[in-house]
Amino acid sequence: MHMADALLSPTVGAVMWSATAGLTAYSARKVQNQLDNKKIPLMGAVGAFVFAAQMINFAIPGTGSSGHLGGGLLLAILLGPYAAFLTLASVLTVQALFFADGGLLALGSNIFNLGFIPCYLCYPLIYKTVTADALDHKRVVAGSILAAVVALQLGSLAVVLQTFFSSITALPFTSFLLMMQPIHLAIGLVEGIATAGIVSFICKARPEILEGTAINTSGSSLSFKKVAIVMLLAAFLTGGVFTWFSSRYPDGLEWSIENIAGSPQAAPAGKIQSTLEKVQNKTSILPDYAFRTKESSSAPATSQSFHNKGTTVSGIVGGLLVLSCSILIGFLLKKTCRIF
Amino acid sequence: MSLRLDTAYYDLGRLDLLAEKKSPIHRLDPRAKVLTSLVFIVYVVSFDKYEIARLLPFFFYPACLVGLADVPFGYLLRKLVLVSPFVLFIGIFNPILDREIVFQFGFLDISGGWLSFISIMLRFTLTVGAALLLIATTGFPAICMALVKLGVPRVFAVQLLMLYRYVFVLIEECIRMIRAYTLRSFSKKMMPFHVFKQLLGNLLLRTLDKAQRIHMAMLSRAFTGDIHIVRQFSFGMGEIAYMASFTLLFTVLRFYDITDIIGKFILGIDG
Repeated sequence: MHMADALLSPTVGAVMWSATAGLTAYSARKVQNQLDNKKIPLMGAVGAFVFAAQMINFAIPGTGSSGHLGGGLLLAILLGPYAAFLTLASVLTVQALFFADGGLLALGSNIFNLGFIPCYLCYPLIYKTVTADALDHKRVVAGSILAAVVALQLGSLAVVLQTFFSSITALPFTSFLLMMQPIHLAIGLVEGIATAGIVSFICKARPEILEGTAINTSGSSLSFKKVAIVMLLAAFLTGGVFTWFSSRYPDGLEWSIENIAGSPQAAPAGKIQSTLEKVQNKTSILPDYAFRTKESSSAPATSQSFHNKGTTVSGIVGGLLVLSCSILIGFLLKKTCRIF
Repeated sequence: MSLRLDTAYYDLGRLDLLAEKKSPIHRLDPRAKVLTSLVFIVYVVSFDKYEIARLLPFFFYPACLVGLADVPFGYLLRKLVLVSPFVLFIGIFNPILDREIVFQFGFLDISGGWLSFISIMLRFTLTVGAALLLIATTGFPAICMALVKLGVPRVFAVQLLMLYRYVFVLIEECIRMIRAYTLRSFSKKMMPFHVFKQLLGNLLLRTLDKAQRIHMAMLSRAFTGDIHIVRQFSFGMGEIAYMASFTLLFTVLRFYDITDIIGKFILGIDG
């Protein structure tokens, strides 16, 4: 459920980026303050473990399909929330760069959805409450499943909200929600069972690993809950304010240029245009060639954007021309670079 | 299942090798490339949801990079196709839901949904392509160092470097475990859960032991909790020219409808 650049508007992308940047700075300070330099190689290695583990699938009995580990909750259980958030953020960054999962603008949203929610909300509020810092097998299983299910439900809700506020897709909010939530209920269950399986294995084999993190993080759990709630409220508030703003002015860049230039599209200089016109009248291949576009009155309810820009034939012809020139230039550059 | 691991391993190595090449783009300071990519992505996604024509000139940037840095085009295209399903799945609802005819092309009626669907796929190709080209021309360690210079917390950059270092080690370990399992499981298609649990549990234990050994090795080499990244950066005229020219180009493409002007010019329609 990686969010993608293509579905995001710059405003939503920027809001999620700033929320994530703040969280990363906060987590980094916390990890540095703990002064436990053992954590640095541990975070690197466990992050790489999650990376590799995500590629191993197991059979889900009776369905014929397969599932795998997401890792957010497991990291929080092993490393504590701050280090887990940083580790997961690094895993997502590598995935965005190397495997093009999501994209660079959507990275902020992805780290928020898959990192903040399991590490800062579900781990302290659900997992720790259910297990009560005891390494009881049943509690660990129940806590992991419950926390993972809630984390994935909130995560997919966040994806739906971010997509909705970006308004690039035509999907209505409710039908997108009805499509996403049940799928992620199943994914959350699988994630919870996988996490519970690994945690209970570690419980039996090397319980001291888990005891260490339980003691390390329990001391600061109260203040940390407060911080998490405050941050969540702040995120939603900024999100709400920004999206209200962006829906009034659907395109921030357009709006700002309108303020500067006085018209939505700054007009090119007149002199150049008139000379071009003269040349064009002499050289044009298809002088009386035009396409019929529907009258604007036939589509009154839709946005004005179809008619004034983007969909004109000349735009497409020009665009294709520039595209083919670009590709040609690319190939030529490639040829010349090889020679040198 | 080990196929995914193998391809991941191959991909990481391949992109790493591409970043080792020598070209004018590779020689640029990583900060210039990171910032230009970000500007590019923000401009691309800032267009109206029905925009198609004005996105096309933006292909100039990836084409330039592919050309100048000699990145294999087929490989890039294959990677794009591989990651497209999610966007395709969400985007395909647009033509179904938004059926209003906004445009006629001869006999062909084109609905708003198809326009926005094509627009989404173009955005996807441009943004994901830019990210892949960034890594293929810069390399991961250089990007991490650029991030530190640009103000990203040091711990996070060190974490990125550590993760990248151990991803190769752990994927190799994972491939070995999976191979051992496959050889002993009579070609069973999928792994049952109880095996999965033990396999990953064991891998995790090995990982933790490895981390402990690494920590010992670091301590014995005078590690005090801070990793010193020493690398010379030079943000010279070349970088300034690269950033300024591309940013100017993107700005012009964003605010002036170049495609319309050229198209009208070719077709001889009066503006």
